Amino acid sequence: MDKLTRRRFLTMSGVTAAGALAVGATQVNWDDLLTAAERDPLPPDAGVLVVVTLYGGNDGLNTVVPAGDRAYQDARPALAYKPNEVLDLGEGLGLNPGMKGLKSLWDERRLAVVRGVGYPKPDRSHFRSMAIWQTASPQTQSRTGWVGRWLDTTGDDPLRAVSVEPVLPPLLAGEKTAGACLPASGLNLPKGQLGAAFRALGTPSPGEGAEQALAAKSVTDLHRAAEVLGAALRESKEQEDHDFDEERNKGASAGGGGGLAGQLDLIAGLVEVGVPTRVYSTSLGGFDTHADERGTQQRLLTELDVALSGFARRLATTDRGRQVVVLVYSEFGRRVRANGSQGTDHGTAGPLFVLGDQVRGGFHGEQPSLTDLDDGDLKATVDFRDVYGSMLERVLGADAGRVIGDHRGRLDAVIT
Amino acid sequence: MNNQGVATLDDPAAVRRLIDRLGFGPRPGELATGVRAGYAATARRLLAPAADPGATATPLPDLGPEPDYANKDKEARQRAREVLRDQRTTAFFWWLDRMSAADVPLTERLTWFWHGHFATSAQKVNSARLMLAQNETMRRLGTGDFRALCEALIVDPAMIIWLDGQRNKIGKPNENLAREFMELFTLGIGNYSEKDVQEAARALTGWQVDRRAGTVDVRPKQHDARDKTVLGSTANLDAVGLARLLADQPRAPRFVAERLWFRLVSGTPPARDVVDRLTAAYGPNRDVRAMVDAITREPAFRDSANTLVKEPVLWAVGLMRALRVRPSALPPQEKAQLNNYLKAMGQQPFLPPTVGGWPDGAAWLSTSAGLARMNLARLIARRGDLGPLTGARDKPTALRELLGVDAWSQRTSSALGKVAGSVPDLVAVAACAPEYVVSG
Repeated sequence: MDKLTRRRFLTMSGVTAAGALAVGATQVNWDDLLTAAERDPLPPDAGVLVVVTLYGGNDGLNTVVPAGDRAYQDARPALAYKPNEVLDLGEGLGLNPGMKGLKSLWDERRLAVVRGVGYPKPDRSHFRSMAIWQTASPQTQSRTGWVGRWLDTTGDDPLRAVSVEPVLPPLLAGEKTAGACLPASGLNLPKGQLGAAFRALGTPSPGEGAEQALAAKSVTDLHRAAEVLGAALRESKEQEDHDFDEERNKGASAGGGGGLAGQLDLIAGLVEVGVPTRVYSTSLGGFDTHADERGTQQRLLTELDVALSGFARRLATTDRGRQVVVLVYSEFGRRVRANGSQGTDHGTAGPLFVLGDQVRGGFHGEQPSLTDLDDGDLKATVDFRDVYGSMLERVLGADAGRVIGDHRGRLDAVIT
Repeated sequence: MNNQGVATLDDPAAVRRLIDRLGFGPRPGELATGVRAGYAATARRLLAPAADPGATATPLPDLGPEPDYANKDKEARQRAREVLRDQRTTAFFWWLDRMSAADVPLTERLTWFWHGHFATSAQKVNSARLMLAQNETMRRLGTGDFRALCEALIVDPAMIIWLDGQRNKIGKPNENLAREFMELFTLGIGNYSEKDVQEAARALTGWQVDRRAGTVDVRPKQHDARDKTVLGSTANLDAVGLARLLADQPRAPRFVAERLWFRLVSGTPPARDVVDRLTAAYGPNRDVRAMVDAITREPAFRDSANTLVKEPVLWAVGLMRALRVRPSALPPQEKAQLNNYLKAMGQQPFLPPTVGGWPDGAAWLSTSAGLARMNLARLIARRGDLGPLTGARDKPTALRELLGVDAWSQRTSSALGKVAGSVPDLVAVAACAPEYVVSG
């Protein structure tokens, strides 16, 4: 790909993530979508997709662990889990010992482990690889995210994709529409004259510039969000403060925050009250474990496990909740061989989790070989777009071709 | 309109933009003074190095010794965490104080820029002292020779901890620092190969940080002293040699120009000929200040389409400067609120979300940010010096001049009309108006 386009993408994205939405966000229309929300609450049988992004590059080999494989033990002697330490899944693989809740879901056949997921010509830059996963466009630059493009195909209903993170991730940015971004707690607006004045700032002003118009619209969006989602948001808990958590902070340089359990709690509430959102985005950061990986990663995976298994249990109690499918991924796995810091550097393919009542539990995809490597890295056996395609078609009932183009692969077996 | 068909800001608006973009927006009276002096004179004043009594009055704090949180004793560790928390709070409010008090705002504005460029987070560094030392390096070198800045930061203790430099040893490479130095700090993605990353990582082997002393040194036994080939040059590179090699690449000044433009002018990348001129001004001495000077001379700097959504910290500091609020002097509970509101808006000093820095533009206009912005505006308005407004007959106009807004729209005038009876509410509403949230 040409360098100018590549630079332009990064410039647009502020080097990090969120900038791509500038294209899509301009035409979100909260008036339209709230009218639709009142007219059309989430049907109890509508599939809902929750996307959980693990920022930093989660080490797949220490998540779904080939503990019995000698090549694994040899490549990372100080980092490797012994066969008796992992939670046995069969086929020589075991879950990280921190993932006891997910092991229960596995035993109940509600957890699918998709092995060896990646894409051709892997890129080891966090930012580029995350952009590839979020735009679902490995070969060419795209200014839109895969969920954003799906949003575009739904036409007039942008509330159908919501991020509960502080900023909008690029996966929710479409060409015409972008998802909404909601605070995880405390949606209390000023009242009285001040409240009226604040609200009035949302009125469009003829002839004003694009960014000012967006600023005005964000004020109106806020008031609309308070009306529709206020009850659910006020019920949610404050996020935990991870600022001083030394273990988890070791892998923090590639972004992402904590508080996943709180975010998922909010999402469960939104699903239960029938908000017509079909895709939610949430995330957990800290997986960039270049050093002292074992303790750091196990703590993060435990946090992930507690959050996901609690979420799954809560969802299983309602009709709408039972329609939710959760997809968990990271931008890349890590090198097979440990580095000299009891950590691992940026690698390639990794496992991906899909869980929920509609999921066919068990293994999907082939486990990459630890001896047939590509320059020290795993060879992907499943293209991540196969998974997206099936999520789009089987969970969202969408025409995947309009989102991932002529990519034909699917992993339909993952949904019952 | 100029010959390219773009609307150009008139002189008062262009002066206002200078004050926004080279600093943090006007202090009381500054806009009127600037408009009288004219565009060129205001640019000269903002760009000239000068004595800074405001900076002198906010000296770097002494945080005391590094807490010993590696202590075996659990209670001692808990105390150490509390000390660290206090040190971080002190550093956080000190920098906000300094940004609010500086009389020569360009220094702080560029320090802020470099903090987002060489983005390092206290979250992992876990030391307020090292973060503050890095901050002072960015301040000392950030208006001068870019290569000197790179040379200092590649061996900066906080940077080395942040990007795992300590774990990078001969025979056991750790590529984190080498990769990000090329991708994000000097060249941009696509301007180096994976092989270059591996070779550069070898040049950076062997560094160790002494947290307590705040120093770094290289352990000869852990350093790879053989030749490395990076970007076609072969030599026995060390860290400083690598920083020099990268900063001397023809691509580096163009990268710096693009990044400065992105934060000071517009999210739309500059045209090639603009980058050519900015690079020429930067010159063989790699002069950042000269590059900023050249930016103010570009016709596109006065293009009305080049608006910028204010980064939350810049928005808050601008409001505090206009209202003469000293953040560290707020009551403890309000200091905690200020921190929480900035967090909800997505930006806290010393805590960039990733090594790639903060997002921009529409990303700051999320619904949750809007609520926090309103709450923070009310807090600052409550504690601010409202003197320039209380006596004014036409308060919306006085507010416009105080905050540095070219004109209120009908929409905002109408909103202000609803709170005409309360000066603090007027300020809070004005601060959340699109005309203030976005630098025109």
